[in-house]
Amino acid sequence: MPPKTDALQGSLDLLVLKILSRRSRLHGYAIMTAIQDISAEVLRVEEGSLYPALHRMEEAGWIRAEWVTKESGRRARVYELTAAGRKQLGLEESRWKTIAAAVNRVLREA
Amino acid sequence: MSTWRNLKNVFRSNRVNDEIDEELESHIAEAVAKGRNPEEARIAFGSSLRHREASRDVRIGAWLDSLRSDAIFGFRQLRKNKITSLAAVLSLSLGVGSCMAAFRLIDAVLLRPLPVANANRLYEAPRHAVLKDESFTYNSWSYPLFKEIRAGVKDQAELIAASEAEPMDLTYKSDQDVERAQVQYVSGWMFPSFGLRPKLGRLLSESDNVQPAGHPYAVLSQSYWKSRFGEDPSVVGQTFRMGDRVYEIVGVIDGKFTGTEPGKMVDIFISVMMHPGATANDWGWLRTLVILKPGAAVQPVRAKMEAITRIFETQRMNGATDSMPQDVRDAFLNQQVWLEPAASGASELRTDTRRPLAILGVLVILVLLIACANVANLMTAQAAARAREMALRVSIGGGRWRLVQLVLVQSGCLALLAAALGALFAWWAAPFVVGMINPPDNPARLLLPADWRVLGFGLATALGVTLLFGLLPALRASSVNPVSALKGGEDPHSRRRLMHSLIGVQVAFCFLVLFVASLFVTTFERLAHVRTGFSARGVLAVNTVTKQPQPLEYWNQLVEYLRRTQGVEAVGMSDAPLLSGGNWSNFISVDGNPPNGVSTYMRRVSPGWIDALQIPLLDGRDFLPQDSQPGSVLVNKAFADAYFDGKSPVGRRFDVVFSGNDHMHVQAVGMVGNVRYSDLRQPFVPQLYLPFRILGDNGKVQDMGSAELIVRTSNPNPILLSQFLRDEVPRVRPEFRVSRIRAQAEINLSHTVRERLLATLAVFFSIVALLLAGVGLYGVLHYYVMQRRREIGIRIAVGAGAANIARIVTMDAFVVLFIGSLAGLVLGMASARFMEALFYQVKASDPAIMVLPAAILFAVALLASIPAVIRAVRIDPASMLRVD
Repeated sequence: MPPKTDALQGSLDLLVLKILSRRSRLHGYAIMTAIQDISAEVLRVEEGSLYPALHRMEEAGWIRAEWVTKESGRRARVYELTAAGRKQLGLEESRWKTIAAAVNRVLREA
Repeated sequence: MSTWRNLKNVFRSNRVNDEIDEELESHIAEAVAKGRNPEEARIAFGSSLRHREASRDVRIGAWLDSLRSDAIFGFRQLRKNKITSLAAVLSLSLGVGSCMAAFRLIDAVLLRPLPVANANRLYEAPRHAVLKDESFTYNSWSYPLFKEIRAGVKDQAELIAASEAEPMDLTYKSDQDVERAQVQYVSGWMFPSFGLRPKLGRLLSESDNVQPAGHPYAVLSQSYWKSRFGEDPSVVGQTFRMGDRVYEIVGVIDGKFTGTEPGKMVDIFISVMMHPGATANDWGWLRTLVILKPGAAVQPVRAKMEAITRIFETQRMNGATDSMPQDVRDAFLNQQVWLEPAASGASELRTDTRRPLAILGVLVILVLLIACANVANLMTAQAAARAREMALRVSIGGGRWRLVQLVLVQSGCLALLAAALGALFAWWAAPFVVGMINPPDNPARLLLPADWRVLGFGLATALGVTLLFGLLPALRASSVNPVSALKGGEDPHSRRRLMHSLIGVQVAFCFLVLFVASLFVTTFERLAHVRTGFSARGVLAVNTVTKQPQPLEYWNQLVEYLRRTQGVEAVGMSDAPLLSGGNWSNFISVDGNPPNGVSTYMRRVSPGWIDALQIPLLDGRDFLPQDSQPGSVLVNKAFADAYFDGKSPVGRRFDVVFSGNDHMHVQAVGMVGNVRYSDLRQPFVPQLYLPFRILGDNGKVQDMGSAELIVRTSNPNPILLSQFLRDEVPRVRPEFRVSRIRAQAEINLSHTVRERLLATLAVFFSIVALLLAGVGLYGVLHYYVMQRRREIGIRIAVGAGAANIARIVTMDAFVVLFIGSLAGLVLGMASARFMEALFYQVKASDPAIMVLPAAILFAVALLASIPAVIRAVRIDPASMLRVD
């Protein structure tokens, strides 16, 4: 059984922003599979809760959404990073690094 | 941006839902396309409804969404109870609208600053004197005194002289086309001091203020330029004739400046040097305005102005005051000079209407409160009907704040509707009221723009009102106890107590409004029917001027000619009509004794003048054509009382003491009845009439350039004869020209404008207040009967009579009515003290004044309770006991 999403608490935004900074114009499902693939199935996003998070980030102006029609004829909503999102990514990344370093220090020295 | 998108999304919420659903569906489709089991994908995805709700809250904003549904629900509720809602909206819109209209007036007259550069440093400088416990405040100065004061304080302040703006007759091309324009004499440097710029040509300046009668130049206000000349740029250089002079238009002001008097919009500005009183040291005709230099303090400037004034007046009187009684002399010489902020200008309208406008403000606030109480009562009654619904909301998890929001939003809907209607009402009412202030001859013109101040005020009122009447029902609704309410057993008495106390407050306010109204109506009635001592019926005051002063003979010929004219009953001449200003007073010295300090008011009249006004001749004779000054005078009865112990002074000789201690020896040839001289409220004053025939030092009779022809016609509407007289007068001699015609009756009427305004407004608001209180009482009684219908049914079943039932239904209401009236009476007696100055021959403690409002209120209450009583008596016990 892979770890539950607890490991992801609070870092979903960071992961989504990071993924979108590398590959632009992904839809929700692609973002989810990207996270799973890159983390070698260690990190799993609870599928439904991805969308409220995406919408929240869209409201915040970090990402931008657009409807596209795929070859299959089905419409999909694809997301890309905005300038504000890029800035937010920097912030989140440094925050994550600080926390990770702190946790590592505790593990090393306690 | 995000709030804006939230707001936008509120109004397309269905599309938002569809979009979210489509996106979620596409996710699952994608998963299936990637080879997952559809069933498994759906289960892994979880509840799409929950995800949709979460996303929707993000995209719309939860509170905005609930607000939207509350607003829709609120409007639905209003629509459901059409009659109740209509009553509430109308009540409230009357209240809010009255407030907005009153605010527009008060803003225009008292609050809005003049459109000049340094309004915040602008003061007016009235003089203040106290004599025998009576205080006089007046802002009138002679020009020589003004000049000295200006020179004395020039380091700390700039002084501006401005005459009272007056409508004047003038002609542009032919002398026959007389038109009227509002003219103000101002010091030339006013324009640069106020930072005003010309739109066209030039404005006046210091150099237009040098030579008396030497600067015949006029500056137009922009609004006059627009309305009279259609913004014609060639207006500069045009000339007009006014009085005996020709003026040249030199420029137009850029901007909204229309003089320093709110209530009068000046069309034409002329240098003070052109005023006939520019060199007279005993003619106070100008108002002094003060612009303090930056950093200058008020007090030193004021003290300096006062000191200069005292020296000037002492020199001017040249010892004539020595013989006066001590208190009179002190009052005259110890006049104070006040400096009062005048950022919004200085005018008679301002001073006169400050208190009436304050009263108007209080009246409309009372009406607004009465309306609020009504709405609160209607809402409470409605909330009672909705108790079960509220209880249900609470039981399925509606938070308390959520319920408060629900009721408040509903009140908000009501307030919004009412504010919109009220704004319409105010838009109509404010100019209407200004129209009522107008003396027909000299209309008050106010700028009444519906600007941000008015809108802001309206919005604030609507918001305040929402809180006022929405909060109470909202809090009650939120404190509902679901268990008892759903069982239908909430304590009905607490709600009724609330409604009753609201009715009590309403009755108290209503009584107060009625009380004030009856005081003002009585004042107006008494003043309108005050004995003037002369007859104004059919009388015209025809101001006639000549280009050059003409011999008295020619004037007499003119009078004779008019006397023979068809439709004219009598003609006389005077220097000014009665009750129209031009006051002029002196002291009297009898038998060489010093003056006793009582002033005599002067008027110059011709033979036949008393006949034209039907003033009774009590002793002696009227003037004859050969009576001249110095020599013969007429006096009135009050004169005899003041100087001759009430005995007729006919045949007696005495001295008139002029300023500068000049004595003129005269003999009384006749005594006439008392007339009101300058004011309807004043008691009759001692009066002395001088003849027109003035003998100069060389023994020659002086020529005259203007007089007021007092013409009594047989026409009850004499103003119809205006054009006829305008044509007829130049026919006698082409030099003569009619400048201005007024009906004496209208002059009299203009003295009661304020009282008529107050009485009309007070009556209007009383009717509104009574209507509102009646509706309120009706609503409460109706609610009461509905609530106790079962009990009443039982009472009827066991044999209670109709009278008994009526008593049960109305008992409480009438107790409340009684207590409320009592409270209103106490309030009224307390507030009457602040309005005493406005009353005339009426006291707040008159029994009639106290009983009348009570009787009216009682009658209205009776009327309002009839439907409820009928409904109660008609309750059918059999069917009533069968329900539930």
